[in-house]
Amino acid sequence: MINKKVKNVQEALQGVTNDMTCMFGGFGLSGIPENAIAQLVKLDVNGLTCISNNAGIDDFGLGLLLQKKQIKKMVSSYVGENDAFERQMLSGELDVELIPQGTLAERCRAAQAGFPAIYTPAGYGTEVSEGKETREFDGKMYVLEYAFKADFAFVKAWKGDAAGNLIFKGTARNFNPNMCGAAKITVAEVEELVPLGTLDPNNIHIPGIFVQRIFQGDVYEKRIEQRTVRPKL
Amino acid sequence: MLDKNGIAKRIAQEVQDGFYVNLGIGIPTLVANYVRNDIEVEFQSENGVLGMGPFPFEGEEDADVINAGKQTITTLPGASFFDSALSFSMIRGQHVDLTILGAMEVAQNGDIANWKIPGRMVKGMGGAMDLVASAENIIVAMMHTNKRGDSKLLKQCSLPLTGVGCVKKIVTNLAVLEVSNKGFKLLERAPGVSVEEIINATEGDLLIEGEVLEMKI
Repeated sequence: MINKKVKNVQEALQGVTNDMTCMFGGFGLSGIPENAIAQLVKLDVNGLTCISNNAGIDDFGLGLLLQKKQIKKMVSSYVGENDAFERQMLSGELDVELIPQGTLAERCRAAQAGFPAIYTPAGYGTEVSEGKETREFDGKMYVLEYAFKADFAFVKAWKGDAAGNLIFKGTARNFNPNMCGAAKITVAEVEELVPLGTLDPNNIHIPGIFVQRIFQGDVYEKRIEQRTVRPKL
Repeated sequence: MLDKNGIAKRIAQEVQDGFYVNLGIGIPTLVANYVRNDIEVEFQSENGVLGMGPFPFEGEEDADVINAGKQTITTLPGASFFDSALSFSMIRGQHVDLTILGAMEVAQNGDIANWKIPGRMVKGMGGAMDLVASAENIIVAMMHTNKRGDSKLLKQCSLPLTGVGCVKKIVTNLAVLEVSNKGFKLLERAPGVSVEEIINATEGDLLIEGEVLEMKI
């Protein structure tokens, strides 16, 4: 077994410096690497380019980094829930690249899988495809989109082991598996780091080869963005 | 005239047995409430779940089980979870049978705009561009006019596009329309709404052939 386990979040984030490009798993606040984000706030690194489907909310998720103006550029598909984000974007302090959600996922996956670029129909004929190469296949138009190049990928899983194997839970899976191995260093934080041999090899979602560092997060708030319920009968 | 639930109810009639359906945020979400219960349909949410069920009972909500609108949900027997790339493989790969989404503007050639108002609102496209670029069967659910009373069914979209020539059918509070090469073909009118009212509320070319029946809901 090749050991990927690090002591704590401090060790997990060693080497993160200003102006790096980082990927963050999560959809809304679900499945975000809470501990890595908290540590980035403490490290006070800035000039970050963040690849993440969303930008958190004002006081949680990537919103915490936005509050401290640590982010130079966001690459996201939907950013509607964050006032600080909107202010910084409209004032020009924050550079924002909005791309289709499936394109975001596939640019991660391409980086993970060793493809330099992919063709997607998403965004053809819209401002998203402006200035990009397009090509026709079987009568339909596609846009060339490049694989991401990132320094760190911060992902969050439900369970993992010292070999770096990961299992995700529910829709907290989202972009996390696609970002594993899509950056130079993948840092996985898990709710539960289980003893080696306890995860069934049949049920591993991401094999440890895609993960360089793994640690168990101290605490998970797992905030719910839109608590929606029906009354009990 | 229909309210939002009425629009959802009419669209639910378009959902067929064996369909995998992706519902957008807003009115489309309501469609799930009105699908006949004698047919089998699975709802896909692009954040990574197939087989979505109703909202959870109070106290049973799980932060790890949400829909694309970030609302807590439940799953039904037979449901599955998956990553975002696989989710969009379902969408771009045309494995999803029907996509229902909202719009700010639809043009008579099938163009749709629903993600950006320059200088005012820039929330992003989320999964909408992937959905409209690939889906064979797209129904737009929206009000016929915007809050200022301007038509949302146009000759040409004025807002930045989400997709080109992709919308097939539109259900509004006033009518059911189909995109044709001669403009919006008026298929049905909402209860109590006259053809005249629909003409007045539609900026794009309207194709009216014979008698336009009132929708049955």
